[in-house]
Amino acid sequence: MSLGEILSFAFVQRAILAGTLIAAVCSILGVFLVLRRMSLIGDGLAHITFGSVAVVLFIGISPLYITLAALPLVMISSLAILKLTRSKKIQGDAAIGIVSSIGIAVGIVLASLSGGYNVDLFSYLFGNILTVNQTELLLSLMIFIIVICCVFFFYHDLFAVTFDEELAQSMGIKTKRINVLLFILTAVAAVLAMKVTGIMLVSALLILPPLTALQLSTSFRMTIIVSVIFAILSVICGIIVSFLLNLPAGGTIVICNVIFLLIIFGIKQIAPVLR
Amino acid sequence: MPVNIISTENLTFCYNGIEVLQDISFAVQKGDYLGVAGPNGSGKSTLIKNILGILQPREGNISLFGQPLAVFRQWGKIGYLPQRLAALNNHFPGTVREIVQLGMERKGNFLNIKQVLQMMDIEHLSSRLIGELSYGEQQRTMLARALASKPELLILDEPTTALDPQTRDNFYQLTQELNGNQGTTIILITHDTGVLGNYARSLLYLDKKVVFSGTFEDFCTSPDMAGFFGQASQHIICHQHDRSSV
Repeated sequence: MSLGEILSFAFVQRAILAGTLIAAVCSILGVFLVLRRMSLIGDGLAHITFGSVAVVLFIGISPLYITLAALPLVMISSLAILKLTRSKKIQGDAAIGIVSSIGIAVGIVLASLSGGYNVDLFSYLFGNILTVNQTELLLSLMIFIIVICCVFFFYHDLFAVTFDEELAQSMGIKTKRINVLLFILTAVAAVLAMKVTGIMLVSALLILPPLTALQLSTSFRMTIIVSVIFAILSVICGIIVSFLLNLPAGGTIVICNVIFLLIIFGIKQIAPVLR
Repeated sequence: MPVNIISTENLTFCYNGIEVLQDISFAVQKGDYLGVAGPNGSGKSTLIKNILGILQPREGNISLFGQPLAVFRQWGKIGYLPQRLAALNNHFPGTVREIVQLGMERKGNFLNIKQVLQMMDIEHLSSRLIGELSYGEQQRTMLARALASKPELLILDEPTTALDPQTRDNFYQLTQELNGNQGTTIILITHDTGVLGNYARSLLYLDKKVVFSGTFEDFCTSPDMAGFFGQASQHIICHQHDRSSV
């Protein structure tokens, strides 16, 4: 099958469009998370998403609206993680561990109560971007616009908080509000990303493109731009390769991300030797 | 009537149930050059973090520029150079220019970016990443950021720890010029009582509570301070202050 034929399918076009938007959102938010050493938040939120999807399926909400229905639960959980990470008595990584364990535990129990792992829950674990529906595409577009606007309007505050939270506080920046904003947006991104890579690989979309961009960084702004470029390239390559080789799209997208990281990392290691 | 830039009343701060600051009351007036000294763990940086709203006191009142801290919004009037960045990530991709611009983005009166970079002699580093710089260069970048908003109050927490003697002397000269020529109020926290003797006009000595607060002249004639520091130490500090005042 030629590339033109692959791209002529409406569901492939929808997948590439939604994947591009979601990957861009994750790669932007990922830069702030990775630099603040909060990369694991993606993993935590993904596990919560698993629990939330199980709750939604258990209640019997139509699979068409699962993404929308799971959002409030994941957003509340993200705030719980934020609250716990700020607690003086619980370490940040332990806080993420607590909330993600609850998510997985609830998911397993509810899956068992509803007669074992049904097909829907399984599909969310490993994702299938080729099944993105119109609602999810619209939601992805909305979130993309919201994230771009937030980063544009709060760029100074996000940059300051990422650089040094105490310094940002001394400049009168409401760091708590900025953290809430970042966590809420990450929660929404994690829910949407489960469709792209599946719950198991959500954190890859938040971590790998920023890491690749950091290898090439010449400024903070450029890091964000380069991160988005690699994220989008990975989605497009991943979808096309998965279609051609009949592979799962989610896993292929993540492998593309890893390959880009390894290539850039390798070039960076070799370049000084060759000079 | 002199304007209080900072005033604290009965400030108490606890960390994990232990009182780190006890009943601190003092005021800083416009144009002052205050040195804050005290042994390790005496609460110097904690006091500054309470004043800047980074830490919340258990009791007491703080006012900045005549306004209670809770309603104070003119943060561009304050330039703060922290002792060390809480956790400077050496992979942080911000350039010197981007970091200095952080101090310019708020509403208010700003210096030109080129002016600030030149003032701190870091113009040639403007597109370098902060993580690639030496500690001294990072410190100059952070000071440039603090100066960028033309602050009326400059708070410097152990600013010269990693600077070479020449850069350190230039740095303190600059603070003296800012204080003398532009009327910038300066709070300098340091262990180096020699530096305080040279540059500061008044002294706040902390050891969880206020041990001494007043001018250097009061400090030098205080029998209590002679008893606390020992006459020899008091004499050395005062001698340096006298020499710099000549």
